[in-house]
Amino acid sequence: MSATDELLNPDFPVPDELQSNIAITTIDKIYNWSRRSSMWPMMFGLACCAIEMICTAASRYDLSRFGMEVMRPSPRQSDLMIVSGTVTKKMVPQIVRLYNQMPEPKYVLSMGACATGGGPFKEGYNVVSGVDKYVPVDVYVPGCPPTPQALLFGLIAVQKKIDQQSILTVPWYQRGPSEAIPVPILGPDIIDPRQSDVIRVQAAKLATAATAVAELSGAAEA
Amino acid sequence: MYGLGIVRGLGVTLKHFIDSYVDDFRWLGKRYTSREAFNVRQGVKGRGVFTVQYPEERLDIPERFRYIPFLLYEEGPNGEQVDRCTSCGICAKVCPPQCIWIERTNDPKTGRPIPAPKAFFIDIDICMNCGYCAEYCPFDAIKMDHDFEIASYDRTTRHIWNKDKLSKPVSYHAQIHPTDYAAEEAARAADEAKKAAKKAGAAKKAEESV
Amino acid sequence: MTELTASPQGAATTAPDLTLDAHFPDAVQKDTRPGYSGYLVNADKLVEVATAIRDEMGYDYLSSVTGVDYMNDGKMEVVYHAYRTSGGPALALKVQTPRDNAVVPSLVSVYPGADFQEREAWDLLGIRFAGHPYLKRILMWEGFAGHPLRKDWREPYYEEDHKPFDTRWPGGDFHRSEENNPFGTNVQYPPDFSVDGWVPEAEDAIYAGAGALKESGNGHELKTDKLVVNLGPQHPSTHGVFRMVVSLNGETIDHLEPVMGYLHRNHEKIGERNTYLQNMPYTDRLDYICSMSNNHGYALAVEQLQKAKVPERAEYIRVLMVELTRICNHMWAIGFLLNDLGAFFTPALYAIKERELILDLFEATAGSRMMCNYMRFGGVYRDLPEKFKDGDTIDFLRELVNERLPRAIDDLDTYLTNNEIIRSRCIGVGVLPPDKAIAYSTAGPVLRASGVPYDVRRADPYSIYNRFDFDVAVRYNGDVYDRYLIRLDEMRQSVRICQQVVRDLPTIGGDIMSGKLQYQVRVPASEAYGRVENPKGELGYYVVSNGKANPWRYHIRAPSFINLTVLGELCKGHKVADVVGILGSIDIVLGETDR
Ligand code: SF4
Ligand code: SF4
Ligand code: SF4
Repeated sequence: MSATDELLNPDFPVPDELQSNIAITTIDKIYNWSRRSSMWPMMFGLACCAIEMICTAASRYDLSRFGMEVMRPSPRQSDLMIVSGTVTKKMVPQIVRLYNQMPEPKYVLSMGACATGGGPFKEGYNVVSGVDKYVPVDVYVPGCPPTPQALLFGLIAVQKKIDQQSILTVPWYQRGPSEAIPVPILGPDIIDPRQSDVIRVQAAKLATAATAVAELSGAAEA
Repeated sequence: MYGLGIVRGLGVTLKHFIDSYVDDFRWLGKRYTSREAFNVRQGVKGRGVFTVQYPEERLDIPERFRYIPFLLYEEGPNGEQVDRCTSCGICAKVCPPQCIWIERTNDPKTGRPIPAPKAFFIDIDICMNCGYCAEYCPFDAIKMDHDFEIASYDRTTRHIWNKDKLSKPVSYHAQIHPTDYAAEEAARAADEAKKAAKKAGAAKKAEESV
Repeated sequence: MTELTASPQGAATTAPDLTLDAHFPDAVQKDTRPGYSGYLVNADKLVEVATAIRDEMGYDYLSSVTGVDYMNDGKMEVVYHAYRTSGGPALALKVQTPRDNAVVPSLVSVYPGADFQEREAWDLLGIRFAGHPYLKRILMWEGFAGHPLRKDWREPYYEEDHKPFDTRWPGGDFHRSEENNPFGTNVQYPPDFSVDGWVPEAEDAIYAGAGALKESGNGHELKTDKLVVNLGPQHPSTHGVFRMVVSLNGETIDHLEPVMGYLHRNHEKIGERNTYLQNMPYTDRLDYICSMSNNHGYALAVEQLQKAKVPERAEYIRVLMVELTRICNHMWAIGFLLNDLGAFFTPALYAIKERELILDLFEATAGSRMMCNYMRFGGVYRDLPEKFKDGDTIDFLRELVNERLPRAIDDLDTYLTNNEIIRSRCIGVGVLPPDKAIAYSTAGPVLRASGVPYDVRRADPYSIYNRFDFDVAVRYNGDVYDRYLIRLDEMRQSVRICQQVVRDLPTIGGDIMSGKLQYQVRVPASEAYGRVENPKGELGYYVVSNGKANPWRYHIRAPSFINLTVLGELCKGHKVADVVGILGSIDIVLGETDR
């Protein structure tokens, strides 16, 4: 089943922000049309998939047909982050920072198996199992690498998602500032600040286990 | 003269620019509608506009193209599906990122394995589209699909493909891989013929010995 | 010295008539383990021996440095492969050191090209190099727990030592690796780690290396503050996720520290868990623009171990594919060099157009545009398809290599070569003299643009390259402009080779694969170093087998990685705007740099 059907298909769980806006006003239509016709992706390549992304933007597949040819090197000027390639632990602090720097409305497309779920390198010690562990992802494009046509299909899916949004419910017009995602830190392994509690609990568990072992061996010696 | 190099370089750009309009005259307005024009444009002799206007236009997918694997089933006369897979496990062993999971069926009475998979999963978030599973499967039961339009909005529920999602009829395989399919059928026929001949031979021998 | 003849099957045979052990009777012995070659050197004499082989025996080019963890013997071994730039096979030196306290003298003073490779061995294997000027982690970050390539080090998602994993079949009840990890993601922490009261050290180490904290000004001039600028890891001109920490004096570069590892995908660790066959598709993802030639190098290395023969037709197809890949790569490199210089995208668009045509052929033959996974041990996956794009494949090939590509290359030449802006931005920038190019172990176009005509295809012929007529392209100024020109030259030579292949191909029949299609590949216990001339330089695979189904050690000599050793030197004294040009002219791919 393709992504198009997915949006129309009722048994697919519609994302929350889409659920409440069945009635699309004319303003919404104009608003969405203008947004989706001038999505500026961030010029941001990570790995092999980036090469296919560049090909998509180049002579043969020509992203400018979708108003996306303006690849901005700066996150401040872009609407769409195409995470194209393997996300490593060493790189993920920068990715989170870039995401935080993008102005809303912002979208994330995860391109390829690696960005989506770790891909062939998932078992590696320096690989993050999917960029969605850190930033929210709107569309996933599987494949290794997705061909330019597959990426275009994913981009069209992003546009479809935009078409479903309503100015009344979109999060960036709600009250209160939107929260930045805490930037992970490079320690003995990557540390996600949101996980510090889990890490503490695990450390405590390990400590009790260690003392238990020590006591046991002590008892055995005695 | 200083600047001559730039001017000559711009000449190349101009040539490319003009070439893209020459095409218009050549095909007299049919540039975007005729498949023939499209193929010439995309071919080695093509000049001028090179763009594929996806999604309206699509490139032909070559037969060997590989994306995500799929499992084959034969369609029985009453519409029942018979999996070709015997759950021999070779694809799971050869898969480089180890993204294939196969549960073998066991006979409920004897507990002995029977050649059919109970469950079959492929994690398409890991699959590297390498094609090894299709290449090494001894039963032609798994092949590489051509469908690349599988972007989705959610991965946790939708990117683990189970047997239902993976299974496609043999006719689909014949349609997307015509040459391979023909070769496989020919090999199968030759195999059967050999077996039959062997059987006949054995029968004959038995007769003679009697 | 007797004349050395190159072995036809390529690399990794040490000349039998060398008498290094006679030279240094008490420090050097022949490596007599079955299947091994080269010499074992005592650690304390290493620098002396290395100096001797460089100065007296002409082995001026240190190609690869790596370590092997012989855990069961309690030893670490450092393996050096040195060559003569005049051609010929490798000289392999090995140094053994105890595993618990692995220390080996650094060779940076003899071969500066050992710098990054020794840092890598320290980072991944925990071998200390005494006397190394800046022994810091290079692929992982400073502060990371453990040395991952040690055989007893386990990654967070560890399942078993070797693939295939038992959980997949017959009882393959699906679960994600996350479910087995207490943190639900790919992490693990050492037992004594606590989140509170711990200080990260990764960044400080980098800036200390950048020389940012040193004083500037020599007392005569005005004292200026140095400015430290980070280029990357997210920067449009770094060709991926590469970072340079530059300390500037005004606009002039005082010091440039390359920081990499942002795409370190643990290729070698995964490679040692994989079976031999399973590594093939992973090699596609090294230098992802040139998957065909990566396949070729790996196939050669394993064929060397197996002593397998490759049928004639397969050899021809391999050469054709590899040379087309070279054209793809150089097209791409030139397009993006121009991007970096500010000619944004038009040259790249023209170059990508030609590349797309070649990719169409790859897709029809191998099944994928980029990740070809095409070669097998003893042959190739499939023959070329009969029909391609409504015509015969051979007609397409003829048109491509005789008409289309030569025309495209000439077009690029007219378009760019005499452009005054390009000339003034490139000529005399980033000059690399030949002696330095050799000393820093640069390879490929970078080396040849500095006037060293060293090309593995000629210096140590492999496959069937000695049957073809082609010249080793060489340029003599060693600046950015020459590195651009040499890529044009090389494309022309590749087209020449392709023309010969296409001319002969229809007359060569036969199999494309020797032996049966086998998924279990076993090789005898031995070592091999297979190398090919990749578009970016010499790509080497050092594979150690212990007779099992998985390699014991699997190391890649990555040209993009080693070519970067000289980057700091090249940029010194130039303006900051030239850095991207110089980097573009080296032509790196991060998948290979960081592996
Ligand atoms: S999904 Fe495949 S092609 Fe894309 S970055 Fe990962 S390994 Fe490379
Ligand atoms: S190799 Fe083929 S028959 Fe065997 S388990 Fe896999 S799909 Fe089934
Ligand atoms: S295509 Fe390759 S990675 Fe994907 S399931 Fe098949 S063998 Fe595994």
